[in-house]
Amino acid sequence: MKLGLVIDLDTCVGCNACAVACKQWNTSGTTGPLSDYQPFGKDPSGVWFNRIRHYEVGDYPVNKTVHFPMSCMHCEDADCVTVCPTGASYKRPEDGIVLVDQDKCMGCNYCAWACPYGARELDREDGVMKKCTLCVDRIYDEELPEQERQPACVMTCPTHARFFGDLDDPDSEVSTLVRERDGEQLMPELGYNPTNLYLKPRKAVRVPSHDAPAGAGAGAGADSGGGGESLAARVKNWVNRAVAR
Amino acid sequence: MQPALSIIFFTVVSGAGLGLFMVLAVAGLFGKPETETALLVCAAGLVLTTLGLVSSTFHLANPKNAWRAFSRFKTSWLAREGVLAVIFYPVALAYTALWWMRDTALANPLWVAMSLLVGLIALATVFSTGMIYACLKTIRQWHTPLTPVNYIVLSLVLGSLLMLVLQDFAGGATSAYELEIALGLLAAGALMKLIYYAWISPPQGPTINTATGFTRANVRLLDVGHGAGTFLTEEFGFRLARERRVLLRWCVFILGFILPALLMLGGLAQALPIRPAVLSAFALALIGIFIERWLFFAEAQHVVNLYHGRRQT
Repeated sequence: MKLGLVIDLDTCVGCNACAVACKQWNTSGTTGPLSDYQPFGKDPSGVWFNRIRHYEVGDYPVNKTVHFPMSCMHCEDADCVTVCPTGASYKRPEDGIVLVDQDKCMGCNYCAWACPYGARELDREDGVMKKCTLCVDRIYDEELPEQERQPACVMTCPTHARFFGDLDDPDSEVSTLVRERDGEQLMPELGYNPTNLYLKPRKAVRVPSHDAPAGAGAGAGADSGGGGESLAARVKNWVNRAVAR
Repeated sequence: MQPALSIIFFTVVSGAGLGLFMVLAVAGLFGKPETETALLVCAAGLVLTTLGLVSSTFHLANPKNAWRAFSRFKTSWLAREGVLAVIFYPVALAYTALWWMRDTALANPLWVAMSLLVGLIALATVFSTGMIYACLKTIRQWHTPLTPVNYIVLSLVLGSLLMLVLQDFAGGATSAYELEIALGLLAAGALMKLIYYAWISPPQGPTINTATGFTRANVRLLDVGHGAGTFLTEEFGFRLARERRVLLRWCVFILGFILPALLMLGGLAQALPIRPAVLSAFALALIGIFIERWLFFAEAQHVVNLYHGRRQT
């Protein structure tokens, strides 16, 4: 079994609900608390397992804002595990989840140095390394209704941009999505073989604007400015031009 | 990378201590230092190695689990370094005892075997220290065979210079070829550093494009998603201004290699008295190599910085 997440960059709106749900669940979970440093002070900071960054991809007018949630990739070749001198970091053979045994961790930060995805954060108050557990204390909890046995981030995502499942099973929802939408690894050249995969934004029909009319820019959408359009399409184009953006 | 003083102190000082043993092990095979010098060298080597190792625990956030760090030597260079350092102590103490008994009966094969053993374990320990950094694929400035080579050569530089100092303080005579060996090691150190700085200068490896998967378009960070610093920005976000980097690299070469080499040449030409020459050469090299080690951390760019907006490391 290879449990992991598939994240759809097309539908993610960058609302941070996954990060908040993650913090809420895990701060009272097996690896909790997720310490906050001066939460009401001038520079609030703290431990988060899930962070969302925002990028602009492409150049105007063919650009797009992409929201980018990142948590532990549960890599198949996880260097964070091999470099750990104490044996606190381990990868479960049965489902591939990478975990930290906090009773063994000595807080040397070496695993965080070895992780290219910034998935590990030292809890400065507890002195141990903490990371995404893929909600291991949730997904196997038989007290929960079966449809809730998913990571908190997946459960909460309002745009359904996060999918959880077994990537070893070719018929699972995640495997199907990866197959249909060409799910990709991040930084594959480093050879960590991350389990979590990302789905690229779908090709969007570009909306023409006054300074970027239809057809401008390389790789623009499929909209045409020709004469053979239906009335509805012409009205739509006119509205799009007329409405200040 | 954020340069952590405890780690810098650990790598430089225990490197010097282990370098002393490497140099002494070789010199001893040629019957060189007097017994008093050798005993002083062994004592200094053990003290420096211990100081370094103790300092290395200061950066641990949870030192009560430090004893577990020996367990994963099959995969972790950090654990290997720890295991080798622990093996080093009994061997080094036995070797010191052999020096102590040197005037009495001493079987020659045992002497050779112990010299080789202590020298090789010291070498392997310094190599492991270098490999702790060299094995990280996430930091291209470290992920090169030059890293362990630099650690070993600079450890030998400090060891040979400190041995000259200790020999002079123990009342031994400094011969020309000892100065020449130190000079050669200084030249090797400077050359390795030159190659290293040339090697890390062109950006290479992952980019913001491969990090985000958008390899056919420009990618720019719009917002990093947090207002204050995080563990990641505090640990990996350190940036060194270019002017400061150039200045510090000059300091490394002038203090670490050029001035000590000139002092060695002055000693060789008998233009300088030996004691101030070797003492200041060691002190200057120590300062230079401390700066070198600080730069080694400060210049390292972790790939996670790509997610925080750097285009390339």
